[in-house]
Amino acid sequence: MKKENAKRFGMVIDLDKCTGCGSCMVACMAENNVPFREDETDKLLSVAWMRVYKLTNGKAFPDADECFLPRPCQHCEGHHGHSPCVSVCPATATDYDASTGIVSQIYTRCFGCRYCMAACPYHVRLFNWWDPVWPDGMEKMLNPDVSVRMRGVVEKCSFCFHRYQLARQQADYEERGEVAENEYQTACTQGCPAGAIVFGDLNNPDHEVTRLAQPDLSHEGKSRNPKAFRLLERLGTNTKVYYLSSREWVRRLGDNYQVKAAQHQA
Amino acid sequence: MSTVDEQSKAASGMDEGHIPQGVEEKKQDGSSATIILFFVFGFIASLIVGWVVFPKLLYSSRPQPVEFNHLVHNEMVDEGCESCHFFREDGSYSGVPTLAQCIDCHEEVQGDSEAEEYFVTEYVQRYREVPWLVYSRQPPCVFFPHSAHVLKAGMDCVTCHGSIGESESLRPYEQNRISRYSRDIWGHNIAGISRNSWDRMKMDDCAECHQRENVNQASVQTKRGGCFVCHH
Repeated sequence: MKKENAKRFGMVIDLDKCTGCGSCMVACMAENNVPFREDETDKLLSVAWMRVYKLTNGKAFPDADECFLPRPCQHCEGHHGHSPCVSVCPATATDYDASTGIVSQIYTRCFGCRYCMAACPYHVRLFNWWDPVWPDGMEKMLNPDVSVRMRGVVEKCSFCFHRYQLARQQADYEERGEVAENEYQTACTQGCPAGAIVFGDLNNPDHEVTRLAQPDLSHEGKSRNPKAFRLLERLGTNTKVYYLSSREWVRRLGDNYQVKAAQHQA
Repeated sequence: MSTVDEQSKAASGMDEGHIPQGVEEKKQDGSSATIILFFVFGFIASLIVGWVVFPKLLYSSRPQPVEFNHLVHNEMVDEGCESCHFFREDGSYSGVPTLAQCIDCHEEVQGDSEAEEYFVTEYVQRYREVPWLVYSRQPPCVFFPHSAHVLKAGMDCVTCHGSIGESESLRPYEQNRISRYSRDIWGHNIAGISRNSWDRMKMDDCAECHQRENVNQASVQTKRGGCFVCHH
């Protein structure tokens, strides 16, 4: 069987373009059959694979500034695929796939210990406290390519892996070896009206995502782009979601420098 | 009152350990054959219950809505199985044919078989889809692309589906009453023994072939096949 080149799917999110409209969240919810409840006031209990955070620089009026930060699963590579959640899962329900670089979540294996949720530094993992209840007729609108999760299991963003599977299915049918860049795009990427999200294979130099992220593989994928940063990079999680911002305070927040440490470095 | 006295005597006699012991030994001698017989019968009965009665109870059996002869159709079509079970242009697999494919030939009754007449009057003329019962239907958490197996890997239909293409009638559809899966998933041998590659359709059977053919053995946790190929 022909061996395919290993891929490392990743994302670049330009925070200068993001307006915080939340289209990515909506697109994601609809695409991935993400459950919701009538009362979503307690955000600690609600499930959203993609969440937009609001950052503020905490300064008074003339200098006040804010920024929106969409946060999907960061798909940490860690050291050789040992991402925080994968290392702790006792059920092998979550795994790092070396051929795609996607951190998987297998709902039928998960027994809901939530160890991965404690391990994840990005709060991307969410627990289903209830069985999903769809409004009348909506179960007919569910995406048939994504499993619906039951009560008691953890779920998270999969980089719309089912779309990759569908693209590969078509590539196999047309007897092409590889899936083209535009054939596999996540729902949030396509849903973003500002074009702030770019998705592709970080191992492929022709992909837009690689040109923007400029990952330095000898330094755990750290970006060579001075505008780019990754969330909590100093933890060594080696994430595959890069953020771009021209504002220094945003980049600083993304790395979550403590004030003292920042002063010490300066 | 006297009975209480006798009981107390018997109890004290037991303490001494003479008469009651002899009585018990006699009882054992008399009943050991019965006990063994009981055990043997019970053992055989439980085996029958476990291997014959339980599997019968475990699976419900329903006939297919319409009689169908694969052999006759196979002889008439040009492209073998793919004449009716074809790939769509996006690479997805059509699976069990819909009425749209049958209507091409069966718009009106052609032969003189009762099954065809029933099919045409009940389904074709009323534009009703036949609610076929799919033997090889996997649980909803499984995603199986036919294109990767048939087109890319070049497997033939028989490897997984057996010689159904040469069958002259449709066997009853058996469904597990607990899991609601088709019996073909576990296989027809209740002990789970499979002699041919098409006898079972369990995850172990998929995984065994994936490992042998080195398909997506890219899991960091297990160093073998990841779940995230068929389950997502």
